[in-house]
Amino acid sequence: MITLKDLRATVETEEGKKEILKGINLQINAGEVHAIMGPNGSGKSTLASVLTGREGYEVTGGSVEFEGNDLLELEPEERAQHGIFLAFQYPVEIPGVSNTNFLKTAINEIRKSKGMEPMSSVEFLKMMKEKAKLVGLDPSMTSRYVNVGFSGGEKKRNEIFQLAMLNPKFSILDETDSGLDIDALKAVAEGVIKLKTNDNAFLVITHYQRLLNFIVPDFVHVMFDGRIVKSGGKELALHLEENGYDWITDMKETAEA
Amino acid sequence: MDKISQENIDLKMRLIEDFSNFEASLNGQSNEMIHNVRRDAIAYINENGFPTKKFEEWKYTNPANILKNDYVQAFTQPAGDLSGIDVTEVLAESNANVLVFVNGRYESSLSRIVSKGDGIFVGNLSEAYVAHKDLINSHFSKLAKNEKGAFTAMNTAFATDGAVVYAADNVQIPEIIRIINIADARTGTYLSQPRNIFIAGVNAKAMISEEFFTIGENPSLTNMITEVFCGRGSMLEHYKIQNDGANANHVGSTQIKQEADSHYSNTTISWGGNITRNNLQAVFAGNNTECHFFGLYLLSGRQHVDNHTLADHAMPNCYSNELYKGIIADRATGVFNGRIMVREDAQKTNAYQSNNCILLSDDAMNYSKPQLEIFADDVKCSHGATTGQLSDQEMFYLRSRGIPHDEARAMLLQAFAEDVIDTIKDEYLREKLDKKLIEILMSTR
Ligand SMILES: Nc1ncnc2c1ncn2[C@@H]1O[C@H](COP(=O)(O)OP(=O)(O)OP(=O)(O)O)[C@@H](O)[C@H]1O
Ligand SMILES: [Mg+2]
Repeated sequence: MITLKDLRATVETEEGKKEILKGINLQINAGEVHAIMGPNGSGKSTLASVLTGREGYEVTGGSVEFEGNDLLELEPEERAQHGIFLAFQYPVEIPGVSNTNFLKTAINEIRKSKGMEPMSSVEFLKMMKEKAKLVGLDPSMTSRYVNVGFSGGEKKRNEIFQLAMLNPKFSILDETDSGLDIDALKAVAEGVIKLKTNDNAFLVITHYQRLLNFIVPDFVHVMFDGRIVKSGGKELALHLEENGYDWITDMKETAEA
Repeated sequence: MDKISQENIDLKMRLIEDFSNFEASLNGQSNEMIHNVRRDAIAYINENGFPTKKFEEWKYTNPANILKNDYVQAFTQPAGDLSGIDVTEVLAESNANVLVFVNGRYESSLSRIVSKGDGIFVGNLSEAYVAHKDLINSHFSKLAKNEKGAFTAMNTAFATDGAVVYAADNVQIPEIIRIINIADARTGTYLSQPRNIFIAGVNAKAMISEEFFTIGENPSLTNMITEVFCGRGSMLEHYKIQNDGANANHVGSTQIKQEADSHYSNTTISWGGNITRNNLQAVFAGNNTECHFFGLYLLSGRQHVDNHTLADHAMPNCYSNELYKGIIADRATGVFNGRIMVREDAQKTNAYQSNNCILLSDDAMNYSKPQLEIFADDVKCSHGATTGQLSDQEMFYLRSRGIPHDEARAMLLQAFAEDVIDTIKDEYLREKLDKKLIEILMSTR
């Protein structure tokens, strides 16, 4: 579904350009769940930003192919229309724009890009109800302004609600588990599991095993200083939870020495 | 003598000449009381001339740029060709009063008056002068006095037509009154000077919308005055919607006097025109009045809109609230000068003001000047101004969900502008404005 080859990216900082992604290789196929773990500042969110086309990052090398398209050539909205979705680590508040209007516009723009007619209001409302239930979002939140006054957990839940509504092919979940209480985590994870099919794929960025207990990954990758330094099966996450990242640092230093 | 003051003198001489011709044409009516007021006004202009940009009040809007065209006073011309003037969309609001003025002249054939009956007058000034002469004489020029400046005096000197709305004590006019001012700039370069008077008696109620349109490409100037009298306990909703063409200039003065317990709300929306200067001044002459000023200016190209407001707290226990929002693109300029005067006796005043702006280009400008003059000690006053750009984060959030750049931008700007549009209580009008807002936002870069 998506193939990253030696992806490199820099960010503009006050001291000039700083390389954050230093050659990422990754292949994710339909039906798979991949997890990315790694210490703070290792570049996980940057990878999500680069894949979704956020401004401020410059791709300096490598390629990303998404279902036969050169993803890096596309505008953020085109990527979404092709089926890329990011559940943000820090969802923004948008005063004055209601969740309903926002999602209706998003869905209809995506449909338009596929040459489809806009969804009828009845159909849309029915779907909203259904999906809110699926992820355990209080239906009254859908009429409020996007994320405005939402608690941290509610914002995260709203991200997954949007995921459910837009039904993307490839979803990146950036620390969706942080800020969720235990029940909310379970509800959100169960929602995600219900959305998982053989035709879509997930990239789950997390620091903790607990989310991966629900959303069991096929592959776990460890990101360190802008590179994927280790990949394995679901047992790698358990190992990281128990041993932290020191052993990787050690391993790396040994390798560099 | 520099060029500007020379132009100023030329204009003065021209107006004085216009005035003597006007006077001659009045045959007989020149002894009327209203004409004495006009005479005082032309004398004021003769003595004081027009302001220049050296005047503090005109610092950001150069009067010379408004006055530079050789305007012909529209009232001196025969009625123009009404074909091509289409007000069907306004008339489609089935229960609305529609008063159409073309270059300041009332056109009854295009208008429709639905509010009639005891204690109600909805019509034009010359009719009102016949039907309610004393009423007009006792209100005309009582608020828009010559001291307000030469633009005001110029209107007074030549005031011949305009809209009059009168609701007697305890009379509520249920239907909105839409006053459609059309500058017909197809064949000439005209100066139109509409003169409106709105009078709400004790506990009276009305909703009035002044709307401005242009047809044709010649430069035009509308120099208008609206005097608003809010009787005790009255409620008045008042809108000013400026849809003018790219070569249309506008100087408007809205003067309001509020008696005790009255409630006045003004919403001014400016998204057309070349140079626009709006003066909006309310004086609170009784206790417990409530006054709202809302404004939205949405500018592109080289448009210039200057809103000067004054909330004059002359009496205690009054409340004023003001919110002006601007969206400015290209090389356009917005000016907001919000003056709040709290006089010595005006204890327990509550006065709030804010001006928020989004600039869409590096060359867009907004000059924001709050001016608080407080002479009472027990008051609550606040003011705030913000100027910023659209949030990159919000833009990316919307785009990352599949909403294209321009739509995402329009969505955020609409959200920003919406709380001003929402103050329009007439549903039909509000929906039209909403549509127009989106249309403009989609075409603004
Ligand atoms: N816009 C930016 N400006 C400056 N530095 C940036 C920017 N974006 C990312 N960085 C830097 O890039 C590095 C990687 O950040 P990133 O957010 O990708 O880390 P992360 O792996 O997601 O960390 P966390 O686990 O804390 O979320 C950090 O050092 C961060 O400060
Ligand atoms: Mg992160």
